[in-house]
Amino acid sequence: MNIPKNLRYAASHEWVLEKNGEVIIGITDFAQKELGDLVFINLPNVDDELVKDEAFADVESVKAVSDIISPVNGVISQVNEALLDAPELINEDAYSAWIVKAKSVSGLDNLMSAEQYEELISKEA
Amino acid sequence: MKLIFERSVSGRRTFQMPMSSFPRKELPKELARQTPPRLPEMSEVAISRHYTQLAKQAFGVNNGFYPLGSCTMKYNPRINEAVAALTGFTKIHPLQPQETVRGCHEVLDTARELLCEITGMDDMTFQPAAGAHGEFAGLLLIKKYHESRGDTKRTRVLVPDSAHGTNPASASMVGYTVTHIPSDSEGCVDLEALRSALDDTVAGLMLTNPNTVGIFDRNILEITRLVHDAGGLNYYDGANLNAIMGWVRPGDMGFDVIHLNLHKTFSTPHGGGGPGSGPVGCKNILKEFLPASYMGERIKKGEKPRSFGQVRSFYGNFLVVVRALTYILTLGKEGLPQASGMAVLNANYMMSKLKHAYPLAYDRICMHEFVLTLEKIKKETGVSALDVAKCLLDHGIHPPTMYFPLVVNEALMVEPTETENRETLDAAVEAFLKIKRQIEDNPQSLRGYPVTTPISRPDEVNAARNPVVRYDFSQA
Amino acid sequence: MGSYLPSTPSEQQEMLEAIGLGHLRDLYTPDVPASVLLEDSVNIPSGLPEMSVRARMEKMASKNTVFGTVLRGAGSYNHHIPAIVNTVTSREEFLTTYTPYQPEISQGVLQSIFEYQTMMAELTGLDVSNASVYDGASAAAEAVMMTQTRSRSRVYVASTAHPDVIRTIKTYCWGRGVPFCEIHQNDGLLDLDALRDLPKDTACVYVQQPNFYGLFEQAEGIAELTHEAGAKAVMGFYPISLGICKSPGEMGFDIAVGEGQPLGLPMSWGGPYLGIMTARKELMRMLPGRIVGETKDSKGRRAYVLTLQAREQHIRREKASSNICTNQALCAMTAAVYLAAMGPDGLAEVAQLCYEGAHYFSEELGKLKGFGRVHKAEFFNEFMTYCPMDVRLFELEMARRGILCGLAVDDKLLWCVTEKVDKQEIDDVIAIIKEVCGQ
Repeated sequence: MNIPKNLRYAASHEWVLEKNGEVIIGITDFAQKELGDLVFINLPNVDDELVKDEAFADVESVKAVSDIISPVNGVISQVNEALLDAPELINEDAYSAWIVKAKSVSGLDNLMSAEQYEELISKEA
Repeated sequence: MKLIFERSVSGRRTFQMPMSSFPRKELPKELARQTPPRLPEMSEVAISRHYTQLAKQAFGVNNGFYPLGSCTMKYNPRINEAVAALTGFTKIHPLQPQETVRGCHEVLDTARELLCEITGMDDMTFQPAAGAHGEFAGLLLIKKYHESRGDTKRTRVLVPDSAHGTNPASASMVGYTVTHIPSDSEGCVDLEALRSALDDTVAGLMLTNPNTVGIFDRNILEITRLVHDAGGLNYYDGANLNAIMGWVRPGDMGFDVIHLNLHKTFSTPHGGGGPGSGPVGCKNILKEFLPASYMGERIKKGEKPRSFGQVRSFYGNFLVVVRALTYILTLGKEGLPQASGMAVLNANYMMSKLKHAYPLAYDRICMHEFVLTLEKIKKETGVSALDVAKCLLDHGIHPPTMYFPLVVNEALMVEPTETENRETLDAAVEAFLKIKRQIEDNPQSLRGYPVTTPISRPDEVNAARNPVVRYDFSQA
Repeated sequence: MGSYLPSTPSEQQEMLEAIGLGHLRDLYTPDVPASVLLEDSVNIPSGLPEMSVRARMEKMASKNTVFGTVLRGAGSYNHHIPAIVNTVTSREEFLTTYTPYQPEISQGVLQSIFEYQTMMAELTGLDVSNASVYDGASAAAEAVMMTQTRSRSRVYVASTAHPDVIRTIKTYCWGRGVPFCEIHQNDGLLDLDALRDLPKDTACVYVQQPNFYGLFEQAEGIAELTHEAGAKAVMGFYPISLGICKSPGEMGFDIAVGEGQPLGLPMSWGGPYLGIMTARKELMRMLPGRIVGETKDSKGRRAYVLTLQAREQHIRREKASSNICTNQALCAMTAAVYLAAMGPDGLAEVAQLCYEGAHYFSEELGKLKGFGRVHKAEFFNEFMTYCPMDVRLFELEMARRGILCGLAVDDKLLWCVTEKVDKQEIDDVIAIIKEVCGQ
């Protein structure tokens, strides 16, 4: 199971990277495996508000739809539009297929480390 | 199979219309179509053969066993079709003067009277065109009721987590937020969870009984009483009425408003996905709000002032109601409980013969349908509910409903209905057992089914990623 | 008593014994509270064998009047139905099959829906279609819901649309809490000034073409003004007219909805009908209901499947934009067979006959006293006239002579002519009207 050490994690299977005062958010390799082949993503808009623990986007597979839960508070500064035409990028490499970037971020404190996340998913499997 | 457009040849046609007997008149150029529609150009024999070919790749109740849980695929009697084709029903304009449609009113009045008696309701509308449409209308009745009493706090609807997807979707269409009530270990409504969810912000509860796992919730009277005590109303999803018609009435169980699926319980054909009919019945407290066609009321001189409005044009899928009425008149007082009782017996009979091979989601007496779970089998052998379903196709049996209800993992929901004989049930059981032996001997072999059908395991991922939803004429 | 149970009483008894029970009632007594378990079924009459049921229903049907001459439209139209249509749609495989959730054994049904979707897109000049919804009115309501965005929710509906359509949209808007506004009319047409300076929260404008009075609206202008306001243009169309009239796509509309009853479905006192919904490519994922898509199977063969299901209620549940499940599949097939039987030329012929017949009738009526046209604008096959006598009495007198005349709208008449009425019949009707009115 791929769990990069330089990232932080939420229990709802999102990853967070802090970079130059912004955060970059995506979903984990575990999540994309559970979801199966993704067929579509419903992205939010730039300048939308992110509220910690609330859904800000969703992904569709053939037979299911799943909310993506925000791990932080903030404001969306960029969305990865490439995913609209190719949601399968998330299946191919969940950690390079970022979903949104956010600024004015808070709520990072109780995110998990890679070790803690690894423990969580070994219990779920 | 060729697409109809691939059979089209320029210049071919049938001859339906005479030459115009009128003085020639051209549509003004600015109103005229520039590009003609690329409809097929075919002779009648080609059309006939095309659809004959398509029919060979369709599976109707006339082809074989169809145990689709929650769909009630019972036999569709031919007399219903003959009656629905009478010109005295088909060639009637919905806005004809009242005196010229006494027969139509008799159909609806008789159907209303019978169905109200069967369900324990006081009044009924036939306007909704399907079950989900009926749910929408029924919830609008509830909304209008609370509004009329100035009770605007009620913004929530309670829905069991085992409910059909249309329930929460309908609630959203009516502006309600949905609170899910978990099921207990018996598959029934968790009473404690229900109690704690109830307060004066609850507009109502949506429920089906028997529920979507095929079990009659014995706490039903307590459940409906709790909701009433909190000032809410009880909505009955009639999709499973085939288990209890003639034995129990929703109105007696404490429900205030119900919808029926005439295309399930009352034998009208499914048509590949409609037309159905979803009449909504209600108790007296709601009847003044029932929907009404504006045009229909106008010719009757006088609109229903307190009606919540309407959910479609005119009066509903009239010819579908004609079929259902024919069926009810045929079965009558004794026939209804015989039919539902037999539906429940057939289900329990099949269940008893399968339970040793396939784990039951709930090991107890069932109603008209039961749920198998392939969860353990999948963990141990990798064979899923989907694999078993696809294998059944090669046995000439339409698979049961897969992956519903959501509260059961790897679910297969089986509903044999009452119009199947014992040999059919035994043969189906044999097919299931044969597959089980195959799972034990060689689980890997279950991955590639079906093999005898015209296509196998279509790529649904690609269909959703790159949707092609119409023919591309440029490839011709 | 009539019954469809194959099981004989003795078979029933054997099956009960096989599971350790004695009576059917034993299946219910464990769980059903005694206070609600019925002792002796419901209080309805006993069942009837087939011959008796048929007689009873035929008697009901005979109490309805089938008019020899139908000159009324207003949302339901007396069009010719080619014989091949019913031959195909009454096939048991199509009639009794369920929704094609198992593609391997339902390619026939799925392909027929794919063909229907293509035909509807072609007819309306737009890109994509769904597999149908209930009727034209609920289609209009679903269409305005499609246009809802985070910042735009206000819906503008033409007051010149069919009253049942207006009221259905209004009801759906009330359900979801969407702001609903009606657009004023002048002399039977929409007032274009009312569409200048639409507010920033406008989601869509809905206009019917031809409108309820049969008149052609300035549809292209309406679409333009709608787009200038940043909203979506939705058109309610009459499918027969599209045999010769400019299509919603050609006129710049984003979504087209229509009542498909004229395409091979009998008037049937209001149902079952057919809700057609088509849209531009960009709006495909906003379409409610089922959609069939083309793909390949594991062996590379062309295959059809229900696709984009993640929009629908069984997956999205309370987040679905619509709750629709069962639609009008067999009615959609009816429309497809009708259009195949007609072909583009046949459909144009029907439309032309409707247009010419209605204009001839209007002119002839105009020659009589008191039957002048109410409006001035161009019309397709419906038009409104005054009436020199009490409309109710006029209707009764015409009905007595086997003619379903124009619909009484206040004290005027809304007439309709379809291809089933030829010149001779119209001349006969004119003579009868003269007699009824003492002219």
